[in-house]
Amino acid sequence: MPDALRLALVIAAKDIRAELRSRTALLSAVVFAALVLVVFNFARDPTVLSATDLAPSVLWVTFALAAMVALNRAFTIEREHGALDGLLLAPVPRGALFGGKLLANLAFVGTVEAVTLPLFVLFFNVDLSAALPGIIGVTALATIGFVSVGTIFSAMAVRTRFAELMLPVLLLPFMVPPLIGAVQVTSRLLAGRPLNEMLGWLRLLALYDVVFVTLCTMAFTAVVDE
Amino acid sequence: MTSDAAVRAIARRGLRISLVALLGLAVVYVLAIGYTPVEARQGVAQKIFYLHVPAAWSALIAFSLVGITSALYLWLHDPRLDRFAAASAEVGVAFSAVMLTTGPIWAKPIWGTWWTWDARLTLTLFLFFLFIGYLALRASVHDPAERARFSAVVGILGMLLVPFIHLSVYLFRTLHPQPIVLKPSAPSLPPEMLRTLLVSTAVFTLLYVGLVTLRYGLGMAEDARDEATDAG
Repeated sequence: MPDALRLALVIAAKDIRAELRSRTALLSAVVFAALVLVVFNFARDPTVLSATDLAPSVLWVTFALAAMVALNRAFTIEREHGALDGLLLAPVPRGALFGGKLLANLAFVGTVEAVTLPLFVLFFNVDLSAALPGIIGVTALATIGFVSVGTIFSAMAVRTRFAELMLPVLLLPFMVPPLIGAVQVTSRLLAGRPLNEMLGWLRLLALYDVVFVTLCTMAFTAVVDE
Repeated sequence: MTSDAAVRAIARRGLRISLVALLGLAVVYVLAIGYTPVEARQGVAQKIFYLHVPAAWSALIAFSLVGITSALYLWLHDPRLDRFAAASAEVGVAFSAVMLTTGPIWAKPIWGTWWTWDARLTLTLFLFFLFIGYLALRASVHDPAERARFSAVVGILGMLLVPFIHLSVYLFRTLHPQPIVLKPSAPSLPPEMLRTLLVSTAVFTLLYVGLVTLRYGLGMAEDARDEATDAG
């Protein structure tokens, strides 16, 4: 098992290195997230809805859209020059390969989220100071689940005719449970509610992560192997 | 390769079952309009339930069978399982379209709104979206083996998504309760209503079987055609 973990880390490192050298995808995803935040600001009537009431939904819709853009690129880079075939020929268990791609995607989406969060505080004037550790925690919990499903779907989507359209159509229904949970927890955190009011949601998010990370790791071989 | 005669036989059988079911559907209409009493509180609007509930029933059978056959496909790699899953998903989408249109027609006079984010409504809506995505994926992958594997993965993941959507929507609603919750089903139905509902459920199940058989035959024909074009 540690061997599989090591291989997964190697693959993740390869992806992250490739990304850091070009930085175009990361930069575009960050700019995209910032633009979504700006658009949101003009989509609300400030005299009717205060920024804090809308904050959790704005944050999570932005995260979801940015993740979608980020995930689209996960296997697109592998498709070019037949890189995926090379990766599949390497003596790597498929579970480890999936793990590596998942870790790289998590790093990618996590970076976009890490940049979006301060921008969100800046644009919407939300006081996060007390809730910050909680928000980071719930972001991680929700992101692991949908990025895991997104990783396997993006591996499929690049092999289809309408890759850019196929991923959101497939992935959005799967984003619903983590998104509902994350919005609920975030709004309670911002309101300073006690932990036991969020426990049900946190359990649901954790269960989602366990079920879908396991299932996607197992199902990945069916996606890449002939 | 499947023979032309076998494809025709299956398609014809599907057509025959569907026609019998459509005849049954006419009987259901007659029963619902003439035989069942008018419900005291809901009036004539309640009669849509003889279509809505059985359609929901068939849709759920359809989607459950997609999930099960998808799992079996990844295990056995039998193309027949894939063809069945595809047929069932398509018919399921049709039935859920019936369910999702008859529901609001009833809800407007009874609930006072076309749509509400109730747990069951939201769940079925997302099932509908999920399977539209499933069919879109099938349409955009050319290689039959690849298409079968991809859609089987989506089918299995979709089956597991259902309890999560249900739980999260349920939690969402119990924390923000609805002002009016009108239970559509009474604890005990008058025998005329119950009988009509049972007849209608049987008819819709038969219609499901007929349409899936027909679609399965069509799938066989499509596969044969693709094989022929690929061969030259």
